[in-house]
Amino acid sequence: MVREIAIEMRGITKRFPRVVANDNVDFGVYKGEIHALVGENGAGKSTLMKILYGLYQKDSGQIFIRGREMDISSPSVAISQGIGMVHQHFMLIPPLTVAENVVLGQEPRKGKIFNDTKKAIQDVERLSKKYGLKVDAQAKVQDLSVGLEQRVEIIKVLYRGAEILILDEPTAVLTPQEVEELFNIMRSLKEEGKTIIFITHKLKEVMEISDWVTVMRDGKVAGIVETKKTTKEELAKMMVGREVLLRVEKNPPQIRGVVLEVKDLEAVNDRGLSALRGVSFKIRAGEILGIAGVEGNGQTELIEALTGLRRLIRGKVTLWGKDITNASARKILESRIAHIPEDRHKRGLILDYSVENNLILGSHYRPPMTKGPRLNFKKISENALELIKRFDIRPADKEIQVNSLSGGNQQKTIVARELSRHPQLLIASQPTRGVDIGAIEFIHRKILEERDKGEAVLLVSAELSEVMSLSDRILVMYEGKIVGEVEPKKTSESDLGLMMAGAKSSDQVIRQSGDREFPDTPIS
Amino acid sequence: MWQSVFSLVMVTLTIKISIPYILAAIGGTFSERGGVINIGLEGMILNGAFCAVLATWYTGNAWAGVVAAVIGGVLTALIHAVVSIRYKADQIISGVAINLFAIGITKFILKMVFHSSSNSERVVGLPFWKIPVINKVPVIDTIFSTPLILLTLIIIVASHIIIFKTSFGLRLRSCGEHPQAADTLGVKVNLMRYAGVLISGGLAGLGGAWLSLDQHQFTDGMSGGRGFIALAAMIFGKWTPLGATGAALLFGFAEALQIQLQSAGVKIPTQFIQMIPYLLTIIVLTSAIGRAVPPAADGKPYEK
Ligand SMILES: Nc1ncnc2c1ncn2[C@@H]1O[C@H](COP(=O)(O)OP(=O)(O)OP(=O)(O)O)[C@@H](O)[C@H]1O
Ligand SMILES: [Mg+2]
Repeated sequence: MVREIAIEMRGITKRFPRVVANDNVDFGVYKGEIHALVGENGAGKSTLMKILYGLYQKDSGQIFIRGREMDISSPSVAISQGIGMVHQHFMLIPPLTVAENVVLGQEPRKGKIFNDTKKAIQDVERLSKKYGLKVDAQAKVQDLSVGLEQRVEIIKVLYRGAEILILDEPTAVLTPQEVEELFNIMRSLKEEGKTIIFITHKLKEVMEISDWVTVMRDGKVAGIVETKKTTKEELAKMMVGREVLLRVEKNPPQIRGVVLEVKDLEAVNDRGLSALRGVSFKIRAGEILGIAGVEGNGQTELIEALTGLRRLIRGKVTLWGKDITNASARKILESRIAHIPEDRHKRGLILDYSVENNLILGSHYRPPMTKGPRLNFKKISENALELIKRFDIRPADKEIQVNSLSGGNQQKTIVARELSRHPQLLIASQPTRGVDIGAIEFIHRKILEERDKGEAVLLVSAELSEVMSLSDRILVMYEGKIVGEVEPKKTSESDLGLMMAGAKSSDQVIRQSGDREFPDTPIS
Repeated sequence: MWQSVFSLVMVTLTIKISIPYILAAIGGTFSERGGVINIGLEGMILNGAFCAVLATWYTGNAWAGVVAAVIGGVLTALIHAVVSIRYKADQIISGVAINLFAIGITKFILKMVFHSSSNSERVVGLPFWKIPVINKVPVIDTIFSTPLILLTLIIIVASHIIIFKTSFGLRLRSCGEHPQAADTLGVKVNLMRYAGVLISGGLAGLGGAWLSLDQHQFTDGMSGGRGFIALAAMIFGKWTPLGATGAALLFGFAEALQIQLQSAGVKIPTQFIQMIPYLLTIIVLTSAIGRAVPPAADGKPYEK
């Protein structure tokens, strides 16, 4: 059987001021297949796809769509060629409705200028039914969960009649159930003859869903293999260029006294709606307490409350018995609580600053980083060189602006800074979101090191395997409450996933782990 | 005294005072919905007012003045658009510069053409329309016999429809909220932003025409801070034409009240009475009810 080629990219090169993001890349996809594109952070995956979608212009190379050479000068050209893209960072407009987001740019009209809202809604409903992408066409996007936003993105692409779908890290923020649903949708699209390019950092997903895999490293293609003829380990090695530990190895915890205790916390979210509805727990020195939950169930507000970024309406927070309820962020920082924030761009970094300056944020105002009223540049530079080396931040250049680092290296910069505070409590929120396997391994090792040094770690992650493999205990959050506590060893990922989705009651959970709802952890 | 406060005169006065606020506030709404902050409304009103008088004086036809005011406003806005969209400069600074520029250029041409540093010659105003039956109903007759008031009414409704019911409006709003997203769907972000800013200039210019033609002359600095009050009305109106109109009417009412109280000879120092509109602006802007969320990408230059 001769298979039709959907896309062929030949010798694509794209330079940015400091890096060559794509270096003579050849990339090809057959019609009707699911093609995985993997590689470390900064390998050039998104760049290659943005070139295909017309968002970036290549410096050299050729692009063939169904055998015909095309100049894709803008997304409009790509759309007209039947190419659709779901972006790594969602491209949705929160205050608009689902239907408006879907039709934007290609609105059905009444007469020449008026939007035909009814037709837009019908179109969305038709697509949503056809592909099992259930979503309310008239809801505002700002009221949707991430999983639903994902569906809207896919509907958007299908609405434009895409035959070739690019999905850039679509699973990064989904629960296992949502990933399964997405895979079912992808399979039915494939059956229909559509072509899918699928970017992910999760090799398990690559093995499960793809037909072929292209591996990129440092802007080049490191290999093209058929999925059934390869293994996760082999892929990992191709990506990173060395053996990677896909599992974390950890020692049994050496647990000591209660470091942080929170009681009956209540807070509202940015829209003034109740986000925390009586949260209580304790974290002890030497343990990692995981909090699992689908995004938007209060985890963000909890972390913000603990780090002094959000006011608590009620409740009490104590650190080693000392009341720090609603203390200022600086005071909390000075009590040696470190924070790896979930949104690295919003909270973690000043993107326009150099790596060196980002590495001293939070200690920039006191010795040794200052000398009298002045900054101590010598010390700042030494600090940067040391952390860059110890945390393997690439490229190893302290002057480089943080926003030209790849996602994984931005994350390492934050981890380096926070751990350099020698905290007694580390609050890590989504510490490995969008980060490649090499960096995940690295960050996990660092978090475990902190725990073994006797620190308490609060880990919040939507990434189940992460919570499961790192935590010593796991609390599940749902709709602003802790709905249960489980032991990672005694729970399966899918059960935990169901609890996170609120499908399993806390009773079932408690029966399962044989524990009470808010167990009074013994102080040893 | 209360009689004079709550009278038909008061209603007509409120409407008349509100017209430039309404026009400029809706203009601001177009600009900011597209993602460009327009502090320069004040300057666009001033230039519009001046162009109206200038063109009317040369042609003897006030309608030519109206057209010139709109063109003057659009051209002034074009400067703001090029500086902030094409060159991605700071929109606040550009807006402030526009305001200073308008003060300067109107003064300069005033001196050159009318040989005065305070005011122009008198010009004819717009005609009143005589409409048989309606003429007998107070207030309504003011609205329908004054062409610019009628036009404003049409603009209010049309703006609402354009922003919320047409694909142009949907695209404009998308550029103010999330230009990257709009771009990925093939929406021409810069084009939409230019459109928003230029429309705002045209409307503010029209507001200026109302001011100067109503007084049959241009006086130096006659915009008198109206552009800023219009901005407040736009915010209070939550970046919607209808909301902006409501807010503008409220500010207009406060000003009408001040005028009425003053002429009624109330025993409060005039300085205090004159504060009413501004106090109201501050109260409204800081009150919880008025809290509004601007378009998310408002004021941010778009870079790919
Ligand atoms: N707009 C830009 N300006 C400058 N450099 C850029 C830009 N976009 C990407 N880069 C650089 O190009 C390289 C490739 O980036 P790209 O986003 O394609 O990586 P990726 O493989 O998608 O990584 P990730 O897995 O983190 O999403 C990186 O070194 C990045 O820093
Ligand atoms: Mg990417």
